[in-house]
Amino acid sequence: MKPLVSVLVVEPSEIIVEGLRSMLEKAGGYNMLSPMHDVAMLEERLPVLSPDLLIVNPTLFGSANVRQQLSMLASQRPAMPLVALVYQYVEPDVVGSFKYVVDIRQTRSSVLSLLKKAVDDLSHVDEAGETSEDYELSDRETDVLVLVAKGMSSKEIASQLNISVHTVNSHRKNITHKTGIKSVAGLAVYAMIHNLM
Amino acid sequence: MFSSRMKLADIIAANHNIILLLPRFGIPLGFGEKSVREVCVAAGVPVDFMLLVCNLYAFDDYMPSMEEVSTIDMQPLVPYLMASHNYYTRERLPHIESHIAHIAERMDERTGSIFKQFYADFRREITAHFQSEEEHEFPRLIALQQSCRPKGAAKKVSSKSHAALVDTLNDLTQIVYKYLPGNVMPEETMELVFDILQLSTDIQKHALIEEKILEPYVAWLEGGKR
Repeated sequence: MKPLVSVLVVEPSEIIVEGLRSMLEKAGGYNMLSPMHDVAMLEERLPVLSPDLLIVNPTLFGSANVRQQLSMLASQRPAMPLVALVYQYVEPDVVGSFKYVVDIRQTRSSVLSLLKKAVDDLSHVDEAGETSEDYELSDRETDVLVLVAKGMSSKEIASQLNISVHTVNSHRKNITHKTGIKSVAGLAVYAMIHNLM
Repeated sequence: MFSSRMKLADIIAANHNIILLLPRFGIPLGFGEKSVREVCVAAGVPVDFMLLVCNLYAFDDYMPSMEEVSTIDMQPLVPYLMASHNYYTRERLPHIESHIAHIAERMDERTGSIFKQFYADFRREITAHFQSEEEHEFPRLIALQQSCRPKGAAKKVSSKSHAALVDTLNDLTQIVYKYLPGNVMPEETMELVFDILQLSTDIQKHALIEEKILEPYVAWLEGGKR
């Protein structure tokens, strides 16, 4: 089952918030976090709430440089799509700072399809994120790395971990491929910097 | 490939690393529009030898045959290699060490000392490697060049190989730009990375000259120039 998409709504009007909540609940797949009524604490709360999707009323940013405020938010959660929620005239420059715009006069289906599109874009980012995670060392590789860094030979590591020398060497190859580090001394530095030993 | 009629300035424009070789030949800057031959004659450097080294530095696929090498005046080979060693040990290695010490000062104590220790170990290994070449291989070539039989058989040097030293330098760059805390003196860290990469490129070419020119040349002289 796909994990629920957590949505943070920042909007002062309870009618709008409750309307959105009802639409998202009926659509399924979303988990609405408790809404915020203004953006004052948004930057501080974002890392704690860590929403997948942010829907915010752009008029809340006031007259200060909206683009700048948004880029601060985006830098905290780069993968999170920003959706503007508009129900009155908003400066085109401000609306243009958002990747997605929902107008409250839109139909239910067009609002939902727009949010779905934003979430789909997010999952593409996730997929890209997964491929970059492949460069992180696995737990087993980390075990091998620590023993290499301690100066043990492949044969010694194999008997300690109860695996074949061939497997140890294949782990060592992956470690070098992932970290770019070949020498035992370099791997020891890597292990110490990462507090592995 | 470079030729003796080319302007030295054009050769440096084609490969800027060659400027680093000039002090090793005792060639001063300010050579104006002079050709390689003119500059070499003025500095007392055999032009064929200078071209051999410049071509090895600039063209990765250039590898002269022993037949070709045997026609070149190789008297400057040992002084050239010694000058390279001196440049590394007296200038580059201390320069890199001072960058590292400076950057390490601003890190937490543990990471800083790990970082400094890694470099100190590398510096000791490479210095030992140079020293062993200077004590064993270079005197052997000089003796052969003076038509003396060197005493005893060639001694296999047991210091770290060139490839292992270059690997360690590469590891050092990886550690510096990937794994050290990124907020510590970024400008100086980047300077350090460039310094290490430059040294690594230089040492790879230096190793090539020792492995593909010096060693076969010594063997050729020992074999009675067959």
